[in-house]
Order: sequence, then structure tokens, then C-alpha cells
Amino acid sequence: MELVNFLGIQLLNALWLSALLFMLAVGLSVVFGLLDVLNLAHCTLYMIGAYIGFTIANWLGSYWLALAVAPVAVTVVGAVLYVALLRRLRGNHLIQALVTFGLLFVGYDAARMIWGVDQFRMAEPALLSGSFPVFGQGYPVYRLFVFAVGLVTAVALYLGLERTRLGAVVRAGVDDRETAAVLGINIDRAFFIVFCIGTALAGFAGVLAAPIRTVEPGMDVEILIPALVVVVIGGPGSLKGAVLGALIIGTADTFGPVLLPEFSSFTMYAVMAAILLVRPQGLLPVKPAH
Amino acid sequence: MPALLEVEDLHAYYGESHVLQGISLAVPKGEVVALMGRNGAGKTTTMRAIVGLVTPRRGAVRFAGRPLAGLRTYEIAQGGVALVPETRGIFPSLTVLENLTVAARGAGPWTLRRVFETFPRLEQRRKNLGGQLSGGEQQMLSIARALMTHPELLMLDEPGEGLAPIIVQDIHRILANLKDEGVTMLLVEKSFAFATSLADTVYVIGKGQVRWQGPAEGLKAAEDVKSTWLGV
Ligand SMILES: Nc1ncnc2c1ncn2[C@@H]1O[C@H](COP(=O)(O)OP(=O)(O)O)[C@@H](O)[C@H]1O
Ligand SMILES: [Mg+2]
Repeated sequence: MELVNFLGIQLLNALWLSALLFMLAVGLSVVFGLLDVLNLAHCTLYMIGAYIGFTIANWLGSYWLALAVAPVAVTVVGAVLYVALLRRLRGNHLIQALVTFGLLFVGYDAARMIWGVDQFRMAEPALLSGSFPVFGQGYPVYRLFVFAVGLVTAVALYLGLERTRLGAVVRAGVDDRETAAVLGINIDRAFFIVFCIGTALAGFAGVLAAPIRTVEPGMDVEILIPALVVVVIGGPGSLKGAVLGALIIGTADTFGPVLLPEFSSFTMYAVMAAILLVRPQGLLPVKPAH
Repeated sequence: MPALLEVEDLHAYYGESHVLQGISLAVPKGEVVALMGRNGAGKTTTMRAIVGLVTPRRGAVRFAGRPLAGLRTYEIAQGGVALVPETRGIFPSLTVLENLTVAARGAGPWTLRRVFETFPRLEQRRKNLGGQLSGGEQQMLSIARALMTHPELLMLDEPGEGLAPIIVQDIHRILANLKDEGVTMLLVEKSFAFATSLADTVYVIGKGQVRWQGPAEGLKAAEDVKSTWLGV
């Protein structure tokens, strides 16, 4: 019974972490897979989302306002970054990695200058503040909310990709960019909209995480590595791959440290290495290998 | 009055190789113009240069009097030029219906219903993925999709290539109907009968230059042109 309860709680932890990783990784993955831009500063946008969300909630006392406004602000920052910088680096992954790695430091210093080195924790909204009894203890409702949001996001993105015109345009662009252009489709614009959606999700994830994880400089780097691992094992550019990868890494990252404490930080890499040995292109790549 | 499409002294290179060596041609509104010539003559490159997929090093392309230099491919397409590429360019992960609707733009003569009347086979296959179609169905879809953009100029690169004779006949009949309706076309075609029965004017391209031009009827009699540049 003890063990079941213990594993049950870890499973719930794995779910909200997976949801958070998914919302981050999907943007990272799609921007890399579609726009051919490896944006290591994607998680800086997540951190900015958390800080802006915290600030709004602190001043105006509304979690929901923070959840609505911060992603918009982050999208503006991301869009400026894309137009001014990232767009010009297309096609050269090494330069992209170096430049966006530099941006991580810029983001880190900027966060320290604006918000200081203190750790903040944002208050949960009153509506979701309690806990409910499960597996012999109380589990915070808010964490299940985060999982639910991740789930809804995944379904919404799937429907958006499969059922809307923008989704069809994006799939056409992935299939055959040149033919899409010949048909009068402005693929760059469609992909830019996708970039903005990915960026908004990063900001959104930042606000969602702010009541669970501490808001501090460096919170971006902490989640960047697992998010990158999700992209790699899922297959860059793949929505389903990001879902599956996030579930795997969210689980490995939750169970690893409690089951094998001495190897805690290695579990994720071990899982990644094992998957890449069998499927170097990722589990669910956009274009199946011929 | 200038022609709908005017190509003037077009030069294009792939790396060092001088593929187009001063191509000039004109497609008047309402006419069908055919480009003929052997494999590697430069026909596909000419079409790709017109839609901006190849950047010419010299020369000009004007469409409806407007120079196209510097425009992006999607802008040229939005301006009214449609290309049915040699490779057909069907989006494999889109359904037949999505392949059509993704290209649909604004109001114009071509509705989904009219396209399905013209290509009944596509209506039966509307829910299938592009990647599941036969070669003939892909070619039909590629033409239908180009029509969905309401083109003022329809360019077709070897629409009969690699297809069974009965399907080639079908496509020929559809193009002949389009011609009767006044659709302006630039057609690349290696089949002599196919091209000359549709075209008003023929340009024979050889090694990147226009070697002969004139009415389709005239080409039938030009034996030396046919044997030197077409191999018939
Ligand atoms: N992408 C390419 N790179 C290099 N050379 C090419 C490329 N495409 C075509 N060529 C060359 O350019 C010449 C003209 O090709 P193309 O325009 O496709 O001829 P056509 O359509 O008349 O058969 C050929 O010699 C061909 O080998
Ligand atoms: Mg060709």
C-alpha cells in the first residue's frame, strides 16, 4: 500500500512536469523543425513569462490576468527577437547555437538587473489553491490544473494543425515549400505565426510554472536541457513527438531521482541515449525516413 | 497591346553552366503557347525563372506589363501566374480536398464544385491523402489545384509525361476545353501531336536558345527544325 501510494504520487508529479515540458518543447521543436532555427533562448522566454506573470500577479493581485497578459508580452519579445536576429541566422546551426546561447546569458543578467537575485514564488489562484485526497495524502489541485492545461493545449494544437487552414498551410510548407510558394502561399508568414504560437506557449508555461517552481535567474537553463532532450527524442518539428517525448522525460525525471538517487541526473540522458541508439531520427519524426 | 507574358533576353546559370542563353518569348492573352525541345534544352528552367524559382542573371520578365524582377515566388503567383510543375508537387500529407483548398484564393471562376465537375475522379478521392494517388490522379490534382488560384496564366510543365495514353487523352481534352474558355496557357510538352494540336504558337528551344518560333501549323512542315531540335 505504501509503495502504491508513493508511486501514485510520483506518477501525478510526472504528469504535471510532462505537461510543462511539452508546452516548452513543442515551441522549441517546431521552430527548429519548421523554421530551421535552433533557439536555445526559448527557455529565456519561459523565464521572462514567469517574471512578468509574477510581477503582474504581485501588483494587481490576479493570477488569471497574469496568465492572460504575460504570454502576450513574451510573444512581443520573441517576435522582435525573431525579426531582428533569429531570422537572419537561418540554416547555420552552429551560429544559431552560439548566438542564442549568448542570449541565455543576456536574459540571465537582464533578469538579475530587473528583478534581483531573490527567489520568488507566485501565489496560486484561490480557485485552485486547495489539495484533494488521493493516494493517502493531499495532492495540490493546482498541479493537476497544470496537467489539464497541457492536455488541452496538445489537443488544441493537434486540431489546429489537422483541421484549420493555417494548419494545412503549415503541413503543405513542410511537405514542399517550393510548391507552396508557387501556389501563392506565403510560407514565411505562416511559419512566423507558428513561431509566435510557440513563443506564447513558452510564456504561458512560465506563468503556469511560477507557483510550482521558484522564479529566479537561471530557472530557464534548468529546464532547457530536459526540453532539448524532449525535442531530440520526439523528433524535431513533430507535435506528437513532443507529446511522447515530454511524457517520457517527465516520467524519467520524476522517477529517476527517487528510485535511483545516486544516478538522478543520469536517468534522463540514459533514456535519451537508449532511444537514439534505436531511432536516431527520434520516435515520431515529421518526415519518416525513406 | 503588349502580350500578357513577355520574356526578354533571359539568361540563367546553374553554377557555371549557362543554361538559358537569351530566351525571348511572348504569350498573348487568350492564346496557348507551347515550348518544345529535347531533354535538357532549358524549358523547365525557363518556367522556373518566370515564377522566380530561378534568378536570371540577365533579362526581364513582364506579366501584364509589370516587371517581375525582385518579386518573391508567392507574390508572382498571387499576381496570377500558376505553374503545374514537372514533378506535380502534390502535398502527400494533405488530403485531395486540402490540396485544393490550401491553394484556393479569393473569388474567381473556379469553385470547388466546378473543379470537381471538370475532374470527377478527384471528387471520389477527396478524402484520400495526396500520397495515395496514382500518377494520373496526381496530375489531375496538380492542374485542378492550379486552377483554384484563378490564374490569368496557366503554365504546365509536361502534363502528359509518364502517364498512360488514355489519361493523356483525358488531360488533352481538359486542356482543350480550357483553351476554348479562353484560359491563357504556356505549355511545355514533348509529344508533337499533343503540343501542336493545342498551341497557337510554338517556340522550339535548343541548348538554351530559341531555335524556331512560329504558328503550330508551320512547325509541321519545318522538317529540318524537327530533326535538328526535336528529334522527330
Ligand atoms: N538544379 C540543377 N542543377 C544543375 N543543373 C541543372 C539543374 N536543373 C537543370 N539543370 C541542367 O540545366 C539544363 C536545362 O534543364 P531543364 O531546364 O530542366 O531542361 P528541360 O526542361 O528542357 O528538359 C540541363 O542541362 C540540366 O541538366
Ligand atoms: Mg523539363
